Amino acid sequence: MADLWILVWTLIKILCISIPVILGVAYFTYAERKVIGYMQVRIGPNRVGPFGLLQPFADVIKLLFKETVTPSKSNKYLYIIAPCLAFAPSLAAWAVVPFSDGLVLANINLGVAYILAMTSLGVYGVLIAGWASNSKYALLGSLRAAAQVVSYEIAMGFSLIGVLMAAGSLNLTKIVEAQSGSFLTWYWLPLLPLFVVHWISSVAETNRAPFDLAEGESEIVAGFHVEYAGVTFAIFFLAEYANMILLSFLAATFYLGGWLSPFQGIPLLESAFSWVPGIVWLLVKTGFFMFLYLWFRATFPRYRYDQLMRLGWKVFIPVTIVWIFVVAFMVKFQLYPWFN
Amino acid sequence: MLKKLKFYIKSFLLLELFSGLKLTLKYLFRRKITIQYPEEKTPKSPRFRGLHALRRYPNGEERCIACKLCEAVCPAAAITIDSEVREDGTRRTNRYDIDLFKCIYCGFCEEACPVDSIVETNISEFHFEDRAKRVITKDELLAIGDKYEAEIAKNKLADAKYR
Repeated sequence: MADLWILVWTLIKILCISIPVILGVAYFTYAERKVIGYMQVRIGPNRVGPFGLLQPFADVIKLLFKETVTPSKSNKYLYIIAPCLAFAPSLAAWAVVPFSDGLVLANINLGVAYILAMTSLGVYGVLIAGWASNSKYALLGSLRAAAQVVSYEIAMGFSLIGVLMAAGSLNLTKIVEAQSGSFLTWYWLPLLPLFVVHWISSVAETNRAPFDLAEGESEIVAGFHVEYAGVTFAIFFLAEYANMILLSFLAATFYLGGWLSPFQGIPLLESAFSWVPGIVWLLVKTGFFMFLYLWFRATFPRYRYDQLMRLGWKVFIPVTIVWIFVVAFMVKFQLYPWFN
Repeated sequence: MLKKLKFYIKSFLLLELFSGLKLTLKYLFRRKITIQYPEEKTPKSPRFRGLHALRRYPNGEERCIACKLCEAVCPAAAITIDSEVREDGTRRTNRYDIDLFKCIYCGFCEEACPVDSIVETNISEFHFEDRAKRVITKDELLAIGDKYEAEIAKNKLADAKYR
């Protein structure tokens, strides 16, 4: 009986995270269309419901009623499994994200490693989808996506090493706690180059513009998911957006102090805003990064493939290695006010 | 050397990227230019070439004299005319069909007409629920002409001084 209760309780906790995430994905797509529309002096969707707020549901219902077409001579099992393989890790990674002080599903000591593992697993879904589709565009797209994700994973991992050295822990809650003080002691300032590299790698990891050449419409139609339609396509879509939200949360956690109030350490404002729960600050910071994703997409043209690889290997990795040494010295000599 | 250093500083500070971001952020708050179509519409020129109509003289007599110039000039061969001699001895059409799927709305029929009978109105919102309905007959064309005569006359007048 007790075992059953633990199971049910864990399920409830999982639903408490995954349902808001999926709803977040739905409204993130709406926000994307609105924001990009506004930046292009259009108004975006506004027909379904007030201000077009029901548009995401209309899209979902449309996709659910569409037929899932399996291409001839495709590997049917892998073809169906691939979207699940892409989607599952992007949800599983949420287990270790701390939403507020102590508000975390699994407060494990290897949180960062777990996150890196989960975000890397997603690429298998892409690879399998590309191969199982029996389509040259899908294969090329998946190869591009895999090479890109693997390259930028290194830069991302290196930039996280800086965070680990600064915080002295792999536990996400401890990383946030190590940043407390004021918004100047958050890691964005001492680790600024790593912050920039981490964020740009996050954009590249999710295959988003300007690094979206895995689905480069102009040359390979839609990349790895050309052959997918209906529900399977919807799941790829969900995975991509869930990953974007996840990486926004992580950027906020690693570099912008997670749930910490930005007014911490400022005499009057700190007490004036002490009633705001930590999760609100975290959501505000995450919202900023999510907006950046859309802002980038509306602004930057797509990278060429060799430029993408050059940026990853010849710029980001050297920059992060140099700054890791700088961080090492800062930590060693306990540089005030960050590392004392 | 200095140039190279300048280039490195510029690219590592992401200056050009930031100026691009600044531009798109400015556009985010710009007034939007979208026309909300069914509720809002853009103004139409009096020369707009939409659905066809056959006009009448003010006394109610149809203008068309079955000269078949429109049928001859039509580049898409969308117009079909049969003519007869009416009891009063005048030549009239007994069939005047326009196939709207063939029609390219070039306005040549209107230009060719010596009596300003066939015209293109500025009606652009019409549809057919049956493929056979695409061929509009003389009666339908005359009915359109009767219904929108005031508008057609106004548009013709507005355009007259430029011809």
